[in-house]
Amino acid sequence: MSYLAKPKFHHPAIEVNQLGFTHRDYEGAISTLCAGCGHDSISAAIIHACFELSIPPHRVAKMSGIGCSSKTPTYFLGQSHGFNTVHGRMPSVLTGANLANRDLIYLGVSGDGDSASIGIGQFVHAIRRGVNMVYIVENNGVYGLTKGQFSATADQGSKSKKGVANPDSPIDMVALAIQLGATYVGRSFSGDKSQLVPLIKGAFEHRGAAFIDCISPCVAFNNHAGSTKSFDYVRAHNAALNTLDVITGRAPITADYEPGETQTVKLHDGGMIRLRKLDATHDVTDRAAALAAIHRHQSQGEIVTGLLYADEDSGDLHDRLGTVDRPLNRLGDADLCPGVEALERVNAALR
Amino acid sequence: MPIQSINEFVVRFANVNGSGSASANQLFARCVMRMGVPVAPRNIFPSNIQGLPTWYEVRVSGEGHLGARGGTDLMVAMNPQTWNGDVAGIEPDGYLFYDSSRPMPKDKFRDDINVIGMPLTELCNARYKEPRLRQLFKNIIYVGALAALLDIELGVAEQLIGEQFKGKDKLIAPNVEALRAGHEYAKAHFACPLGIRLRRADNVGDRVFIEGNDAAALGAVYGGATVCAWYPITPSTSLAEAFMAQCKRLRTDKETGKTKVAIVQAEDELASIGMVIGAGWNGARAFTATSGPGVSLMQEFIGLSYFAEIPAVIFDVQRGGPSTGIPTRTQQADVLSAAYASHGDTKHVLLFPEDPFECFEFGALAFDLAERLQTTIFVMLDLDIGSNHHLSKPFKWDPARKYDRGKIMTAEELDAGKTFGRYLDVDGDGIPYRTLPATHPSRGAYFTRGTTKDRFARYSEEGPDYIENMERLLRKFETAKSLVPAPVETKSKRRTGLGVIYFGSTSPAMREAAELLRGDGVDLDLLRVRGFPFSGAVSDFIEEHERVLVVEQNRDGQLRQLLQVECGVDPARLTAILHYDGNPITARFIRAAIGAAVGVAARGRKEKVES
Repeated sequence: MSYLAKPKFHHPAIEVNQLGFTHRDYEGAISTLCAGCGHDSISAAIIHACFELSIPPHRVAKMSGIGCSSKTPTYFLGQSHGFNTVHGRMPSVLTGANLANRDLIYLGVSGDGDSASIGIGQFVHAIRRGVNMVYIVENNGVYGLTKGQFSATADQGSKSKKGVANPDSPIDMVALAIQLGATYVGRSFSGDKSQLVPLIKGAFEHRGAAFIDCISPCVAFNNHAGSTKSFDYVRAHNAALNTLDVITGRAPITADYEPGETQTVKLHDGGMIRLRKLDATHDVTDRAAALAAIHRHQSQGEIVTGLLYADEDSGDLHDRLGTVDRPLNRLGDADLCPGVEALERVNAALR
Repeated sequence: MPIQSINEFVVRFANVNGSGSASANQLFARCVMRMGVPVAPRNIFPSNIQGLPTWYEVRVSGEGHLGARGGTDLMVAMNPQTWNGDVAGIEPDGYLFYDSSRPMPKDKFRDDINVIGMPLTELCNARYKEPRLRQLFKNIIYVGALAALLDIELGVAEQLIGEQFKGKDKLIAPNVEALRAGHEYAKAHFACPLGIRLRRADNVGDRVFIEGNDAAALGAVYGGATVCAWYPITPSTSLAEAFMAQCKRLRTDKETGKTKVAIVQAEDELASIGMVIGAGWNGARAFTATSGPGVSLMQEFIGLSYFAEIPAVIFDVQRGGPSTGIPTRTQQADVLSAAYASHGDTKHVLLFPEDPFECFEFGALAFDLAERLQTTIFVMLDLDIGSNHHLSKPFKWDPARKYDRGKIMTAEELDAGKTFGRYLDVDGDGIPYRTLPATHPSRGAYFTRGTTKDRFARYSEEGPDYIENMERLLRKFETAKSLVPAPVETKSKRRTGLGVIYFGSTSPAMREAAELLRGDGVDLDLLRVRGFPFSGAVSDFIEEHERVLVVEQNRDGQLRQLLQVECGVDPARLTAILHYDGNPITARFIRAAIGAAVGVAARGRKEKVES
């Protein structure tokens, strides 16, 4: 980590987005993670995605649990409210926050310990409720803050830094998310910014439960030979299904592809995701095909990445509950209190 | 001589659960109420859906004693499984009403009771072909018979049936017919009425008849709750379900059909409280309803709410513990686990309603307090208050009342350059300002965490920052003393050095016991505690009395312990009067226990005392 505060000044010709913000306006405090940590690359990708989408930073609520990954919301979007909750319980807190104000953008950041072990129940239920959120798991297969124990996503047989082989089967977070009804599911690698940034952008533009499993090597405890979450291993076994461009309804469409090579996924606000297929057979709107692709690549020892599944007709928890359009936290006395006459009627019916 | 009493007696129904007796028994209780006679019914039910014993006790009291009394004057014995105990529980010279379709051996009865046998099964089998109808109408038929035996006006019962089945009108006639059949049979075969009977009175007034859980849910509606996250657990489930039903009526937008509330059945209690805290952090009024085991599961989050200062409301409908305990019986046994919930140094605000009226009042107040104090507020009901119907003062609401949203810094204030420190004590009351997410594009954002921070919410592991924060939280708790409902003191007419402290569902039995004890020559000053932290009035009361008896429904004297610790009282000055068998505390028990503690035997007829 660096302890020197980053100076505020910047090059006068630095790029600005539609809101007039530079990417510096999307930064947070200086990271306290280890130098070279994959998580910092994901923070950078989040900053990049928010900048490119011209998201007003204060409209984002950053939520996390406990662990190295859960520390990262401090390191991006300094103008956003953030909430570092308790271990494994970010999904419920995020759900509650979302219920209170449906208009904000909810970004949940978690790790493989936080979401696949202690918090797997909350992960499961937040996904199946269709909470409108971007849920990123920064997946390094290891407990970093407690110095190197296996997590539940560590592959069977992979070796710890001390040379011990992991006896247990891994939990595949993307397959799980698809089964549970997540409506936007992708996997990426912290070392592949060109893939990760548009994947995060697509998640922000998606309405419903968007889940991204991002392999993020732990340079301190899980970047050695024998690990299946190291930089070298992931680079050598990465099987990307597609690359993607996110085109918002607010921006003109400029990219141009040959027909047949691309697939278009519509977004709620009129925008779209244009996918450049690397695997010509994969249809991202086909849930069963997505699960099959995950299993096929896994059995070949590959880590499948890219946008794996997207549902164009997704909805969210508020649709299911039928809540009013106005955020619940903005309803006042007149909206909420039924008043004296209604109470008299209640009393009369109880005699 | 059979017991003679007008408008003062106890009827106990012994049934098999799942047999449809609950609505018939409730009909009976409502009849009493509609005749202007105060009534207090109580369910004693097993943790089971079908086949096990269940009892419904109806205390009829023209004088208005609504606590459990103990003892049974008329036993309606409809359950062969519990026959022996049921017959044994009847007061000497009391009455036994039973189904005589199958003859019972003589030794199954007692010589000192009055037996009324009615061949209910036989009558039903003759009238109805379908087994389910035979079962259901048997219950209505015995209500009809009881109406004759106890002088209940048949018109009152018929009107109640009409109201009950409004909208399902074709059910009215067969129910009325069954009621009349029972009534006619009793008139023809028994000497009606019995020595115990009803007489129309005007002692109910404008009171309402409702379960505490329903009233608390209504309090949450009026208190402006917009998020409810809950997990089913006896005996709190009906609170969340009542909230759902009431919101459907009172919170649905007439034009769009959309709801001004979000109710989520969570996957467990951890998720329930997590959602409540997320919603509270984001500026919605949110609550959960649970019972002791749920409070145990929520501990970590409650500590987060305390330390990160996030509003939350928990309705704890207490049941018997520890562990799964006696889940369908009542206790006041979560006092300590709620007051000090979570690891580290924590203390929480508790409200103790005594009846549905206060469930409503405190239910609404809890949301103001949660936002004012930015912390978890517990509303401590129990199974007796929550799951039983009580006659209660009608609910009232001041039309001028406005929600107290607490200290929330606005965008205008931030623009005006007001200093924002999330944990900065600007007013000296220990309560800092908060901003809600998305308040301002460039000011007022902060990071919420359960770890130590400085007054500007920056991560800090410095000792002085930690201590400053913890000391401020104590100041905030001090502020809470003046915000929770004040204790209610009832002075004895004669000067006395004896004081009694009690709370919650103990109230009606305590009041009755105090009257009885006055007759025994024991004068008591009473103090009903309604909130924690205790205000100065509580320690003053202890100070002013030579000896204080603390009456409560748990084994370890939890309120007594809390008084000792928080008011710094010498334990020798506080005598524990404890009732914790899972049944509601009775006036008879309190009278005997206090009498024994102060060395005075109860006068008059020797009363049976259950532990």
